[in-house]
Amino acid sequence: MQIKAYFPARLIWLMAAGMLFFLVTGISGYAAVLPEDRADVMYHGYEGGGLEVTGPSVLVRKGIKDKVSIWANYYVDHISSASIDVMATASEYTEEREEKSLGFDYLHGKTFMGLSYTNSEEDDYSAHSFRFGISQDFFGDLTTLGISYARGSDTVRRNGDDNFEEDAKRQIYRVDLSQVITKNLIVNLNYEGVTDEGFLNNPYRQVRFLDPNSARGYSYEAELYPRTRTSSAQAIRAMYFLPYRAALKLEFRNYSDTWGINAYNAEVAYTHPIEETGLTVELKYRFYDQTEADFYSDLFPRSNAQNFIARDKELAAFQTNTLGAGVTYEFDMDWFPGFKRGQLSLFVDYIDFAYDNFRDVTATGFAPGEEPLYEFDSTVTRLFFSFYY
Amino acid sequence: MKRRYLLLLFFLVVGSGGCSNYELKPWVSPFERNNLADPIMSFSRDPVSAAYLHHVYQAREGARGAEGGSGGGCGCN
Repeated sequence: MQIKAYFPARLIWLMAAGMLFFLVTGISGYAAVLPEDRADVMYHGYEGGGLEVTGPSVLVRKGIKDKVSIWANYYVDHISSASIDVMATASEYTEEREEKSLGFDYLHGKTFMGLSYTNSEEDDYSAHSFRFGISQDFFGDLTTLGISYARGSDTVRRNGDDNFEEDAKRQIYRVDLSQVITKNLIVNLNYEGVTDEGFLNNPYRQVRFLDPNSARGYSYEAELYPRTRTSSAQAIRAMYFLPYRAALKLEFRNYSDTWGINAYNAEVAYTHPIEETGLTVELKYRFYDQTEADFYSDLFPRSNAQNFIARDKELAAFQTNTLGAGVTYEFDMDWFPGFKRGQLSLFVDYIDFAYDNFRDVTATGFAPGEEPLYEFDSTVTRLFFSFYY
Repeated sequence: MKRRYLLLLFFLVVGSGGCSNYELKPWVSPFERNNLADPIMSFSRDPVSAAYLHHVYQAREGARGAEGGSGGGCGCN
């Protein structure tokens, strides 16, 4: 039996596509100029908890006459999973996800508009999304207000079951406000609401329940999630230019949804260019905390114990601590026709996950529900070249 | 009691009259935005890298939305 998709495509691809939209277009930031022409070629890697995900991401942007800018992204995940979920109920698997995005930005005076389309494909999952955003600078360009809307449509299949096919639809609403506070301080506020409808659980994942007829004391059955979910997230971020040339970033984000999950995260980051070397170093720390979904349990008392059942550890209560470091080396590329400069960057994040109510069922010698709580570490690597032209 | 409300109304009218002469103007001039224009002041300097990291967070955490967008910069056209 194959059990799939604990990382990273399932149901979150549209959010990722949305992030690319915001990060690439600049809808949420100062938008009175189009983003600079550039190309990025990145190798990305995630390793931890028995899961390995690697692949390339290529992003190219080109402007036309200071009015229009077009961008495209090609992204691949090569996934090899022997995570705790997989080891508990199935066998190791590999899969591949391919994502393509195309975006179009238009600047008219102080009004910025962006439109993008993303398609994501794997052997048992297809997804399409459109996003439109508009932002406006005003008040002497000290304030930027942006709004955007996205909708996505997914098709969920199940390997080995040709009769299984389900749909999921998603809408995303976002408001961004950026405000220059002083000549050294800028603050960004944003709100994002997401509504999902359709098949929202993983067609492979299972929950466990107490079963006196089983030798180990418990058995597994399929998860069942509600067919709707609505969430809202609010964030405040600030960037402060220090008395010497360095920047301090602070972030706080709050989240809640109709599944009963409440979460928040806080982050502090420090960016320091080393003058006359072309090097810039970055350090950061991030803390994340969430409560469990109303229908989550590590061990249900019996089969079909309630209407909705889940044992996805992403719906459990847990905390993460992240330490990140990065270095960027910038160099001139005048010697190469058509190019201005280049950058080589390496960023590594170390994330520690500690669960409050998700237990390690691979531990032996424990009664059901008495196993040690699960925890693991992961490493996230990004190595990329950036070219400006 | 009625007299107290009248007094409050008087101060509101006088106060608002005073405020009508006050015009809120942008308090950071374009020539003061050098620091804000520095690339290190961008909320996310490298889109391809930041998008991937947010993707990881979204895959591993229950929360979603309101991740950092781009931004920062000078606000000067």
